[in-house]
Amino acid sequence: MPRPGFVLEVDKSTPPILFWRGEGFSLEKLPADRSRVIYPPEALPGIDDLDGAIRNALLNPIDMEPLPALLHPDMKLTIVFDDASLSLPKMRRPDNRQRIIEAVLDLAAAAGVDDIHIIAALGLHRRMHDYELRHVLGDRIVDAFQPRGMLYQHDAEDHENLAVIGTTDEGEIVEINKRAADSDLIVYANVNQVAMDGGWKSVTTGLASYRCLSHHHNPESLQNTRSLMGNRDHSALHKSIWRMGKVLRDSGPKIFTVETTINTDAFPTPFDFLRKREWEWSARDRATYLATAKSLNRMPNRAKRKIFHGMEAPYGTTSVQAGFTPSVHEITLKNVYDQHLVEVQGQTDILTMGIPFICPYNPEGIMNPILVMCMGLGYLFNMYRNMPLVREGGVVIMTHPTYREFHPVHHPSYIDFFDEVLADTTDPAVMSTKWEKKYAEDEWYRHLYRTGNAYHGVHPFYAWYWGAHGQQHAGRVIIVGGDPSTVRRLGFTPASTMDDAFEIATDVVGRNPTVTHLHVPGVLVADVH
Amino acid sequence: MKALQIRRSVTRFGIARITSAVAPATAAKIGPLEYRSIDDPDCPGEGWHRVRTRLAGICGSDLSLVEGHASTYFDDFVSFPFVPGHEVVGELDDGTRVVIEPVLGHAARGHVPPFPDAAPGDGDDYAHLATPSRDGMVEPGIQTGFCCSTGGGWAPWFWAHESQLHRVADDMTDERAVLIEPLAGGIHAALLTLPTVAEAKDPIVAVLGAGTMGLAAIAGLKRYVPGVRIVVGARYPHQMAFAKAIGADVVVQASKLDRAVRREAGCHLIGDQLSSGAHATIDAVGTSESITDCLRITRPRGRVVLLGMPADVKLDLTGLWHRETELKGAYTYGTETLADGTRARTFDLAVDTANAYQAERMLSATYRLDDHIDALAHAAAAGRRGAIKIAFDLRDEK
Repeated sequence: MPRPGFVLEVDKSTPPILFWRGEGFSLEKLPADRSRVIYPPEALPGIDDLDGAIRNALLNPIDMEPLPALLHPDMKLTIVFDDASLSLPKMRRPDNRQRIIEAVLDLAAAAGVDDIHIIAALGLHRRMHDYELRHVLGDRIVDAFQPRGMLYQHDAEDHENLAVIGTTDEGEIVEINKRAADSDLIVYANVNQVAMDGGWKSVTTGLASYRCLSHHHNPESLQNTRSLMGNRDHSALHKSIWRMGKVLRDSGPKIFTVETTINTDAFPTPFDFLRKREWEWSARDRATYLATAKSLNRMPNRAKRKIFHGMEAPYGTTSVQAGFTPSVHEITLKNVYDQHLVEVQGQTDILTMGIPFICPYNPEGIMNPILVMCMGLGYLFNMYRNMPLVREGGVVIMTHPTYREFHPVHHPSYIDFFDEVLADTTDPAVMSTKWEKKYAEDEWYRHLYRTGNAYHGVHPFYAWYWGAHGQQHAGRVIIVGGDPSTVRRLGFTPASTMDDAFEIATDVVGRNPTVTHLHVPGVLVADVH
Repeated sequence: MKALQIRRSVTRFGIARITSAVAPATAAKIGPLEYRSIDDPDCPGEGWHRVRTRLAGICGSDLSLVEGHASTYFDDFVSFPFVPGHEVVGELDDGTRVVIEPVLGHAARGHVPPFPDAAPGDGDDYAHLATPSRDGMVEPGIQTGFCCSTGGGWAPWFWAHESQLHRVADDMTDERAVLIEPLAGGIHAALLTLPTVAEAKDPIVAVLGAGTMGLAAIAGLKRYVPGVRIVVGARYPHQMAFAKAIGADVVVQASKLDRAVRREAGCHLIGDQLSSGAHATIDAVGTSESITDCLRITRPRGRVVLLGMPADVKLDLTGLWHRETELKGAYTYGTETLADGTRARTFDLAVDTANAYQAERMLSATYRLDDHIDALAHAAAAGRRGAIKIAFDLRDEK
């Protein structure tokens, strides 16, 4: 029986706690008697017969007819799937999306459906490499559909192939992929790793245009999204998306959503010590940690990334549900929270977190400085429900090398964003009005997004906006171990050690602040009361 | 008098060239430059005035000579031994303060100017620079500071022709006036971009390098090339700050100039080349690398203005050929045609510019003449040491 998450009060006997530092780790001693560590729940058991569960979900959907009843020979069927931003790290093959799509294709073949397109729901993310498509979908699907032009990736800049579905009560234009819009049925194949994902968000971001996305991917929405992982009613982003969902429901194509939830079993051997609590490490775990940490310290970044991005996570799938999108998503959310929620009493003065090598925007790539901000203040800071873990005006301390390195193919506009925009302002509202349009309409970025493997020109803005709430909430953000000038460009304070960071933090939170460490690895949502 | 003098010595030039690659200060010690007693130069004739040096700047071309890097091209355009120093504010015997327009032009050599009121640098035949003057009193030399007959600014006094003299207003300090000559050079380069940018919509001019000459070019662009967006690549933080302060629109590290120009032009980056780029680029560095960089960020049929003296460089000119890029030298100053079609002397524009920008802010340090080793070392490492212009101060020299 997996143990639930819990909050450890740190005392003098507590061993040093593991922190991610990008493509490496460190063990940090937290101040005794005023620190606590929030550990995620242990991984829930996965479904033994996943293919059977998927088939059962397709045949017994929620608030919709069974999938076979929706399939007929003359129809246009479009199957849409989450892109490489999910899961992190990537799932051991076969991926859930492959399993779902193969099951759907079996039913479609049985029903005599010929007109089938399969579309990667990229939104403004980079196009997936061929090997990523094969990893997610399997060789059989790729070889059968790609050569015939029936498997492709959504292009938010292909204006001839976008269609406006309608407008929300608040004037938000819902514009999505034209093939999907014109289809008799969309089947969406999802992997849900965190509470933010899924539901109406899948189609209204994954198949959307820039102008559609800009209604909710903006500083005002993100500053009023409290939080990304919490109650939808507290998230301006999700409220906008749900308004768009209503337009889709009323005026758009029929959508049959298949959502799967996965557990937190993210690291294969020899990294399985990452899943354990430090005081439960065996001698072997400690030796593995030491050997791993020291080896990583000696390796060039490129080699370290190859190791980490090459990992395939042995996730278990904890649930599969299909049918009407909002009904499905309510069950998905419950299952996600069952895995992630940890009850926490009260806020803290200082929140510490280790930033890993990966976030949703650098699969197979480099965790550049903007993504460090996005991962820290956008994702990890938002791992709460009700209220943030750190009090307003408190300090966030992150550990990451924060090197000034960018993937030139994946992140061309990030390089310019760092050099030009962040040199001018770190204020999301200011950069939105002053710079966003220029980047969104830059022809070179557009070309690289459409034909290469680059994120859309506007994407670094979105990554930055993702942290807007955390940026606004925190009194100071300190990065331990980062390149000082790069950290300063982000508007943060550099510190060389954790002790230095605590010393610097006293300027903001006084001499005996409380400290809470969000334990990563593991994914958790702190239910703060 | 005691002065700094350069004598023709192949050995010393060679040693300076080798040692300067390792330690620039060493070139000043053992190179062709010597601090020694020299004979007072004879007055070249009527119309020549004794100028007592007050401040004399150290220019990049002076450093090239001291370090033995100057091109053999100049062999026939200089006469040894000579006293360097062409960025000069000085004083006539009657107490009038002047700055020198150093080119030893037609008037100074007894030739008919190419057109009435021509500046010393005007004309399209340089024979007069490489031959003695008509009366035989002035040996070859392109400028004061490269001619054995006139002397130069790195001495207590020298001779200057009346065609070279510009009176300094009483309210202008020496520190500001000594920057007029380099400012004139930068303004001239800036105005050489005019033909390329005049008809362009939203013209962009990139400037690579923000030492004294790069900053002077930025100032010239800002004042005399209206409507251009100025994008600057600088190496050191203080240069970046100064470039911004005098009106550059975008200032980035030199290594990131290509991306900055791309952003402004809205073009593509194809490998190392921009698909389009700046309408004109001013290279204020003058190396193989800087010219290569300028060529790849200048749009097809654009112009690259070489302000920094390039000497011996190695370039792949395939891109120049393919893009039909114009490579334009920018030497000194003369009579300019401004954007509105009017004509003006570059030095007059430079005086206005020096006042407008309080050019004395560019003068970082001054040295006595006998501290020339330290002065030249400082000038050779000016950027790295947070300086812009280094000059000799002879106001207390006897």
